[in-house]
Amino acid sequence: MTQSVVIQVGQCGNQIGCCFWDLALREHAAVNQKAIYDEAISSFFRNVDTRVVGDGGSISKGKIRSLKARAVLIDMEEGVVNEILQGPLRDVFDSKQLITDISGSGNNWAVGHKVFGSLYQEQILEKLRKSAEHCDCLQCFFVIHSMGGGTGSGLGTFLLKVLEDEFPEVYRFVTSVYPSGEDDVITSPYNSMLAMKELNEHADCVLPIDNQSLFDIISKIDLMVNSGKLGTAIKPKSLVTSSAGAFKKRQEKPFDAMNNIVANLLLNLTSSARFEGSLNMDLNEISMNLVPFPQLHYLVSSLTPLYTLADVNIPSRRLDQMFSDAFSKDHQLIQADPKHSLYLACALMVRGNVQISDLRRNIERLKPSLRFVSWNQEGWKTSLCSVPPVGHSHSLLALANNTCVKPTFIELRERFTRLYKKRAHLHHYLQIEGMEESCFTEAMSSLSALIQEYNQLDATKSMPAEDLPRLRVAV
Amino acid sequence: MSIVTVQLGQCGNQIGFEVFDALFSDSHCPQGLCSKRENEAYQASCKERFFSEEENGVPIARAVLVDMEPKVINQTLSKAAHSGRWKYGQHSCFCQKQGSGNNWAYGYSVHGPRHEESIMNLIQKEVEKCDSLNGFLIIMSMAGGTGSGLGAFVTQNLQDRYSNSLKMNQIIWPYGTGEVIVQNYNSILTLSHLYRSSDALLIHENDAVHKICAKLMNIKQISFRDINQVLAHQLGSVFQPTYSGEGSFHYRRNPLGDLMENLVPHPEFKMLGVRNIPQMSENSLAYSTFTWAGLLKHLRQMLISNAKMEEGIDWQVRPPLSGLPMLGKMSLNKEFHFNTSIANLVILRGKDVHSAELGAFKDPALYTSWLEPVHAFSVWKTQRAFSKYEKSAALVSNSQFLVKPLDMIVGKAWNMFASKAYIHQYTKFGIEEEDFLDSFTLLEQVIASYCNLGF
Repeated sequence: MTQSVVIQVGQCGNQIGCCFWDLALREHAAVNQKAIYDEAISSFFRNVDTRVVGDGGSISKGKIRSLKARAVLIDMEEGVVNEILQGPLRDVFDSKQLITDISGSGNNWAVGHKVFGSLYQEQILEKLRKSAEHCDCLQCFFVIHSMGGGTGSGLGTFLLKVLEDEFPEVYRFVTSVYPSGEDDVITSPYNSMLAMKELNEHADCVLPIDNQSLFDIISKIDLMVNSGKLGTAIKPKSLVTSSAGAFKKRQEKPFDAMNNIVANLLLNLTSSARFEGSLNMDLNEISMNLVPFPQLHYLVSSLTPLYTLADVNIPSRRLDQMFSDAFSKDHQLIQADPKHSLYLACALMVRGNVQISDLRRNIERLKPSLRFVSWNQEGWKTSLCSVPPVGHSHSLLALANNTCVKPTFIELRERFTRLYKKRAHLHHYLQIEGMEESCFTEAMSSLSALIQEYNQLDATKSMPAEDLPRLRVAV
Repeated sequence: MSIVTVQLGQCGNQIGFEVFDALFSDSHCPQGLCSKRENEAYQASCKERFFSEEENGVPIARAVLVDMEPKVINQTLSKAAHSGRWKYGQHSCFCQKQGSGNNWAYGYSVHGPRHEESIMNLIQKEVEKCDSLNGFLIIMSMAGGTGSGLGAFVTQNLQDRYSNSLKMNQIIWPYGTGEVIVQNYNSILTLSHLYRSSDALLIHENDAVHKICAKLMNIKQISFRDINQVLAHQLGSVFQPTYSGEGSFHYRRNPLGDLMENLVPHPEFKMLGVRNIPQMSENSLAYSTFTWAGLLKHLRQMLISNAKMEEGIDWQVRPPLSGLPMLGKMSLNKEFHFNTSIANLVILRGKDVHSAELGAFKDPALYTSWLEPVHAFSVWKTQRAFSKYEKSAALVSNSQFLVKPLDMIVGKAWNMFASKAYIHQYTKFGIEEEDFLDSFTLLEQVIASYCNLGF
């Protein structure tokens, strides 16, 4: 079994990270009733005897003493990290695995990337090496950050290059929160564009998320809960957005519901690697199956169900509904409509009491309404994990490599261009050492090249799938 | 003689468990429909083949379990131990921490060489426990990374180190609509490599077994366990002890050798398929009776019409009238095509087995012209019933059964290869475009050879 390390950068990254660790603890507590430190828990947590001073405290087997998250927390302001360390999760984090500063990055990618990058490079390396040493077999780094600000965007992407150089064999999965239309940070297009170039070049896999989609999902759930139309009540523990029933009680904060969705995404992504099932899917299989060409590594995700009704018996109709929902644009975690775009590849990760026949029936049912690229007509990757998430009997995470990400990138390019044409706020960036106009133009070309790749694939959408002539052999 | 089984990857290990369980349950089944002495001889033969002796009497499967990550092996070991009736050897597994990522290149080029010594040592230890080794059964899937890539590597090693022993690979053919996106690449690489190093490939298609579960066994929510149990039943029906000759009362001592001799007369033709009749749920079994004539009639039609199971057989398909030339080469697009065989083996088990009449299988029209029916067809009859079926028949066939599925996989892999999609994942670990082209060439050759059997 392998281990993963989570690196949470900036305000957004740390807040999501905090929700993630909370839910991870809850999930393992529910599964591992006997409190034995097993391989599943060890994928995200160390078992430490806190009485031992220094580093010798790690225990590999036996009863759980004190769980420490395999995490590195980075923020150039102290507020968020301090809150975490004073909150109910303070014991879960290793106080030595933090990097903080006081002044913040001022929503400026250049400050985060160039200034803090070089300032903290050694420290970052040291903390990462420490985390890696604590792992028996490190497989994956999960980086969580936002694109629109300064720290998450700048320092978060600086990290990627460091990870690639220092740990070339370890996968880099990045969860990036993209700014939505009404974002209040004026310079977010600059930050996002500059960050995109880094993601293009140094990430193995990116899961783009946007706040607007998360917000829409929350609103819909609230509507359902409050409409009173439902005869039966919704089980509180089963709200994917809620931390009710969470391991450590925290005060619910404004973005919590939205962050919980992302946290659940990460949990479900790793469930088949941690828990047993009849068709396992490890993290290295995600990249192998869903990334046909190195540049096209942006995966649209959708999570269902988002809540469960209180009745216990789930007829197979409900199960089928779960599959249908996964492909509806209302359940995607970014503004995208995969059904009307072109699929390059699709992964279905199912948890709970779902069998291969349920999976096949639904694939057959949904296939006709989905368009797959000509060279991958049956491009499905499936996994079945026996352990359901807390509060649900089953769940489905769909990851799609689909050209429907294109509009997000095109919009980003447009917003960037509007700002860049007027050279608004540009001086804040150019005055940073190491920054030149070429940084901006290169980032633009990188994004344009990516959009062009998607365009070329989309152009094949309307062409009939022709079989190419095969090799002819003499008999 | 004993058979050593190597179980590779999640699929190989999950199925391997069901196979040993089925073999054990059947050999200890009291309803053998034969004399006590007979039953004991059957048990002893099965035991010698598949299990070794332990001090406290619990039989240990003659198996080596290999996987690149621990979850499945741990589960498999504990399931066996829990049953209390048989188990796997404590030190018979090889496990690593990180899987092959569905990457054939990783399984073959990285895991293979890295762990070659350890894995081959484990196999050697198992071989040493046998009084005499008949050969190897290697259970693996084609779609993933470990079973397929590492499986190909291990088979090659077995050929080098145990050149006098036989190797039969049990290959699981994935669902057509996909379990793994790169399954077609993994499949063609596996098949082309195995074609060079294995003695025979016994192929099991997930789609076919799934239909059997749905239509014949009437299972509503089919799980992989159900699929694996049907597969185990099929393998058991072939590999459980059989009499060594007509009227003999001794069990065959060289099952793999006899199988190969009957079914693989030419190295160009190694793909075997298996069909069972009858196949049904235990509840239905209690209410059914069969005659050998009925069973064999259906089995023969399944053979010539390439039916995957006994339901929905196309009775329109007939063998070509002997003496008349075949009407052109086999077209892969024609729906109702007659399945030409190279060689067939029918294994009959149960009541009144000696009265079963198999003349219809000896019709020369069923076979390709370069082999006489007397050499092309064999039958093994055993009195002792199998797995609660009063009468059961298994057909192992070297015929055009697998041409269409193979052609489909090669076609899809070729389409994907033309766009170069996913190739970077393979070249990263040393499998180049050249290797892909070699595989395509070999398999197109195999397809062409099988297609031309009609002449």
